[in-house]
Amino acid sequence: MSEKYLSRNFGVTDSHKIEVYLKGNGYSAVRNALKIKPENIIEEIKKAGLRGRGGAGFPAGVKWGFVPKKTDKPKYLCVNADEGEPGTVKDRYIMTHNPHQLFEGIIIASYAVGINTAFIYIRGEYENIAQRLEEALDEARAEGFLGKNIQGSGFNLDVYVHRGAGAYICGEETALLESLEGKRGNPRLKPPFPASVGLFNCPTVINNVETLANVPVIINVGADAFQKTGQKGDGGTRIFGVSGMVKKPGVYELPVGTTLRDIIFKHAGGMKGSRRLKAVIPGGMSAPVLTADEIDVPMDFESLMEKKSMLGSAGIIVIDQETSMVDVLKVVTKFYAHESCGQCTPCRIGNAWIYRIVKRVAAREAGKRDLDTICRLANNMLGKTLCPLGDAAAMPILAIMKKFRTEIESHLEQ
Amino acid sequence: MSPQFSEKALKQVEKIVARYPHKEAALLPVLVLARREFGRIAEEEEKLVAAILGIKPIKVREVVTFYSMLNREKIGKYHIQVCSNISCTVMGAETLLDHIRKKIGIEPGQTTEDGKFSLSTVECLGACEMAPCMMVNEHYYGNLDKKKIDKILDKME
Ligand SMILES: Cc1cc2nc3c(=O)[nH]c(=O)nc-3n(C[C@H](O)[C@H](O)[C@H](O)COP(=O)(O)O)c2cc1C
Repeated sequence: MSEKYLSRNFGVTDSHKIEVYLKGNGYSAVRNALKIKPENIIEEIKKAGLRGRGGAGFPAGVKWGFVPKKTDKPKYLCVNADEGEPGTVKDRYIMTHNPHQLFEGIIIASYAVGINTAFIYIRGEYENIAQRLEEALDEARAEGFLGKNIQGSGFNLDVYVHRGAGAYICGEETALLESLEGKRGNPRLKPPFPASVGLFNCPTVINNVETLANVPVIINVGADAFQKTGQKGDGGTRIFGVSGMVKKPGVYELPVGTTLRDIIFKHAGGMKGSRRLKAVIPGGMSAPVLTADEIDVPMDFESLMEKKSMLGSAGIIVIDQETSMVDVLKVVTKFYAHESCGQCTPCRIGNAWIYRIVKRVAAREAGKRDLDTICRLANNMLGKTLCPLGDAAAMPILAIMKKFRTEIESHLEQ
Repeated sequence: MSPQFSEKALKQVEKIVARYPHKEAALLPVLVLARREFGRIAEEEEKLVAAILGIKPIKVREVVTFYSMLNREKIGKYHIQVCSNISCTVMGAETLLDHIRKKIGIEPGQTTEDGKFSLSTVECLGACEMAPCMMVNEHYYGNLDKKKIDKILDKME
């Protein structure tokens, strides 16, 4: 049996209520952590090899270490609950079934970095979950895990839910900050990094929901055990979201490094009906597509990078032989054309232009030269935008064009 | 008549504003609240929110036009949002959208004459494991097929 660090209580009645959570030894990590020196907690998180679950996989402990210890400004924690990456559903499960484990992570991270205010930025569509979080926050406050002098430690923390209103780009960390400040979600130029100049120009940590929910686990089981569950420098489990043409779509918490084949065929039950596997997007839509014969890859950051794809948010999208890659390309390009914030010209113009061409491709009103234009435009976005959305669009588009060019060309010839 | 917040909503605004070191940061949550109160955020609503937060109406306009959930036009009593993203497409979202179009007789972006339904196609709703999926107002519906859609929509008064 593999470890269930985050999903143990998914599906347990009232698992989101604090009395149920406390019965399962909940909040013991907070109680223990508040007795440890903040810098030792950061060391422990580094040793555990906890990498960010939001997409980029940056080591969480290292990120926390970048925040200045001495500053006369307040510091902030922003919890990224925007969950906008297509194929990604895991944070919804954590927040629905296990909000208090997330809060434990928020409390411990804030204590370690010296933060007294945290905001959970949650996508607007998750209205019911936002309400559930508010109720759970009230419970945690009533039990003395939030507010003033938490568990008699002298440490204070306020946590607020801040709702978004529909914009994929606001999941990008600097756009999230702008949005939280009450502006359009246009990403900022980095550096300065949020660790020094973030929310309201103050030092800020931004972490994904799943990243933070892992923090109490590390306190409970220890850095070594956590690290060993996963891979070297990439510890723990991932909640893999599996969607598309499989028998049992859903979320599966498995060790980092489980192979994509096992996830699809062992855990998600294999292909639905008589469908045959054609392609897999392994880490949310922005992750370059893999073909059916590339799925023996272990699902960790390094292994997927070697395959020129990425683990990203670990949202796995399974595409069958009956789905046309032209349709996939159309959906992908429509998405980025719609979600580009418009700030950088290569991304604003590039994505809209590519989508226009792809619509012609789909309607068979295009030629092979148009396919080259798509690639040229995508290449012109790579590395040329303020935020990674330009790359996040270009990479999957280029991968589809490269690996499925024959299919797309034959579509044009039909 | 220009729109006014109810007493209850004003109390909520106060609570929201208190969370942030700058009033302007309350803009998005207050707009979401206004959207719920008035069903849309058009010029009048923008002005109201601007006055309450002490910022210029143009700042409010800038923000409203950025976020897809802040609709400027009134929409129907039931807002059907059909996901058109990847997992849902793989699982046949397009056929379902066709079915809904025919059933309620409008295209995406339109509202039925009686004001009962509005229809939109949207990007990923974060519920891919239950593809194909849609939202009606704040509720999620997944693993859809035509029969299920009929059942859901026929129940709406
Ligand atoms: C276009 C774009 C969208 C993103 N959307 C999300 C998101 O919805 N949720 C998330 O946690 N991270 C998202 N990210 C990643 C964040 O920028 C950031 O890396 C992350 O929140 C950091 O937290 P972590 O280190 O714990 O993963 C997105 C990045 C980009 C470029």
